[in-house]
Amino acid sequence: MVKRYSKNPVGAHYGLGDWLLQRLTAIVMAVYTVGMVACLLWHAPASHADWKAMFSGNVLRVATMVFVLALLYHAWVGMRDIVMDYLKPAGLRLVVEAGIALVLAFYLVWAASILWGAR
Amino acid sequence: MSSAPKPRPKYYDLSLAHLPPPGLVSIFHRVSGLALFFPILPLLLYALQQTLGSEAGWSHWKDVFSRPVVKIILLGVVWLYAHHFWAGLRYLLLDVHIGIDKAPAKASAVVVLVLGVLTALVVGWCIW
Repeated sequence: MVKRYSKNPVGAHYGLGDWLLQRLTAIVMAVYTVGMVACLLWHAPASHADWKAMFSGNVLRVATMVFVLALLYHAWVGMRDIVMDYLKPAGLRLVVEAGIALVLAFYLVWAASILWGAR
Repeated sequence: MSSAPKPRPKYYDLSLAHLPPPGLVSIFHRVSGLALFFPILPLLLYALQQTLGSEAGWSHWKDVFSRPVVKIILLGVVWLYAHHFWAGLRYLLLDVHIGIDKAPAKASAVVVLVLGVLTALVVGWCIW
């Protein structure tokens, strides 16, 4: 009888969680996209004042922030998939992944400051 | 029997023409995702910052978006987003085992490719 292999041969086990979260964040973004398109079709902002009024409501602000958070996580998983597929040397991969993480962190702070910051 | 593995043949065929529709959907999904991460997202954030920031910023971007060249670029951006959107919905359906047989998967891939272009055309019709 073959002895059952008891060790799990693969890595750090974040794969399935990331896979699932990539799907969940996709659904969040899809819902926001449909809502935003409907919103713009229903009442297209005609002036700066309109546009500003639209984003002064907390509902759209929070929804946009949730969209951005979902996007950043989604982009992290997607970009890491691309890096894992094409960049093999560990050092290069580490540097590029760190760069992607930094860029994503920058997007987060930037988006938050646009939505809530200096006005 | 040789102990070292033979070097694997390298054959890069970067032409997309031979790819079946699901393959095209897949590579466009990847390329559009990459382009949306950079440079499209920072450009959109920059535009949002300026247009929300001041009256001058709003009218500046209004001028920018009225140029035909910019409108064509914008259509490209809309296509990238739309393709990523529709292809993503198709993958979500495939994940829950809807349409995973060969024929429906091919058909849905064609639908995704058409919807992406169609979305860009509709937006183009709206902004022209």
